[in-house]
Amino acid sequence: MNAMLNLYARRRVINAVGLSISVLAMLFGLFWLCWILWTLLDHGLSALTPVVFAQMTPPPGSAGGLLNAIAGSLMMTLVGTLIGTPIGILAGTYLAEFGQRGWMAPITRFINDVLLSAPSIVIGLFVYEVYVVKVKHFSGWAGALALSILVIPIVIRTTENMLRLVPSTLREAAAALGAPQWKVINFVTLRAARAGIITGVLLAVARISGETAPLLFTALNNQFWSSNMNQPMANLPVVIFQFAMSPYADWQNLAWAGALLITVSVLTLNVLARVLFRQSATTH
Amino acid sequence: MPMFSNEARHKQQAVFDLLFRNLTRVSAFGVLALLAAIIASLVVGSMPAIHAFGFGFLTSSDWDPVNDKFGALIPIIGTLITSGIALIIAIPVSFGIAIFLTELSPRILRRPLGIAVELLAGIPSIIYGMWGLFVFAPLFGDYVEPWLNKHVGTMPYLGPFFSGPPMGIGMLTAGIILAIMVIPFIASVMRDVFDVVPTLLKESAYGLGATTWEVMWNVVLPYTKVGVAGGIMLGLGRALGETMAITFVIGNAHELSQSLLMPGNSISSALANEFTEAVGDLYTSSLIELGLILFFITFVVLSIARYMLYKLGQREGQAA
Repeated sequence: MNAMLNLYARRRVINAVGLSISVLAMLFGLFWLCWILWTLLDHGLSALTPVVFAQMTPPPGSAGGLLNAIAGSLMMTLVGTLIGTPIGILAGTYLAEFGQRGWMAPITRFINDVLLSAPSIVIGLFVYEVYVVKVKHFSGWAGALALSILVIPIVIRTTENMLRLVPSTLREAAAALGAPQWKVINFVTLRAARAGIITGVLLAVARISGETAPLLFTALNNQFWSSNMNQPMANLPVVIFQFAMSPYADWQNLAWAGALLITVSVLTLNVLARVLFRQSATTH
Repeated sequence: MPMFSNEARHKQQAVFDLLFRNLTRVSAFGVLALLAAIIASLVVGSMPAIHAFGFGFLTSSDWDPVNDKFGALIPIIGTLITSGIALIIAIPVSFGIAIFLTELSPRILRRPLGIAVELLAGIPSIIYGMWGLFVFAPLFGDYVEPWLNKHVGTMPYLGPFFSGPPMGIGMLTAGIILAIMVIPFIASVMRDVFDVVPTLLKESAYGLGATTWEVMWNVVLPYTKVGVAGGIMLGLGRALGETMAITFVIGNAHELSQSLLMPGNSISSALANEFTEAVGDLYTSSLIELGLILFFITFVVLSIARYMLYKLGQREGQAA
């Protein structure tokens, strides 16, 4: 009898200890999130003045802003998304709608999942090798190309997943009305999965707007205003990297302002994507 | 007349169908071509280094741009050690978070906490790097490393790994920051695979009188172990390729030291720091070969991860 009680007590203690550790683990995760966000607000808010949006990146030791870097980042992110999204949606459509038979779809799915988490710095190297070396200079186009390669796997993944959620009865109904397959897909299934696909694109934009590594060897940096995508182009992540690693206080302050800007936009996109998808999930 | 135009329309639509199907097929094929192109361009780019150093590149710890002598040993070891430290910390924490999110959390908190964990994954790596360099490393160097020196550094066996000047930056700091970065990835995979465990199984165990911990440890974990391992490998793949955060805090020293408190180098940080400044074909080519090695390692790790996750998915399909 006593032994039984001991066993119960021991199991209860193990349970309590295990569960408390899991609560602690959750707090541990939240702790870092709060600490990092607090640091950003603490350093970033004081550095984030209207000048940041009005002036170009300064030479060392003087005040200035981040206007050219913000513009460059926006342009490259936009072009990268515009290149990557259509390819991603088409390939995702193939995997979901035509990929039931044959060897290609499973292999593509597998490779795509691997590329989804492939190191982004290697993508930078790749674009350097095939584009920068050939045209012999760094450029905004090269940066946008590298970003588009990061967009494609994300969009493929979400497009396929979202199309699979569309009930087959919808496709069958359209087909029974005599619609050809391309019309069924374009006007029925893709339209039904629209919110989910937009979510995927938003997540992809969020991912690439903070990416630094692939831009180091492609867009490089530019201290001046440049709207020419064929020239080296300033962009927030690389400017932050350069300024944060520098010994100048002015530059470091600007780096914090840029860091706050990037994080706020990335996290906003993330939350927006989730809210959007949640709405679409409840309306179905 | 209607008969004729219908037939023409059918033919026309069949052509559109064919065109559309092939358009999507070509896009999907593009993904395979992309992979082939990445591998081919890296191999071509690293040819000069492969010719010059052969397999010795992998085992040589030289890194001497002045005399054009390069070896990958130090960055490879740095990458493996920092990722190893990250996994040692991240696996138990992620397991705890996944248990909390699937079993313990009040229903109302589940979604916000899930989003919070995913936000941790959404923070760009350069932000982790800046925070690590300006906030975490100084505190770590002032308070934790002296303590490690004093208490762990004097132990037998473990000691040499934890003794050294408390500089804040170094392999250990890089590993810890990597851990924070991969926790959300591993935790969200674990949570997802825990969710596929049939409720029937869990309820049976509870019905037999098992505690929550026993259900997790003896029912849920064995049932999902392939998926959990897949999630861990996925986190490992992320950790191996992570660049900016590491570049800020690892110290970028091409030196091999036993102490984890000393600065080191990883493949990705060597690339980020040196590539644009590399002069000479052999230097550039050696860096590209580093990139090739990194891509190869992560490709293998991520393939294993995906394979494991697919296997769990298949079993789920059978059970249903």
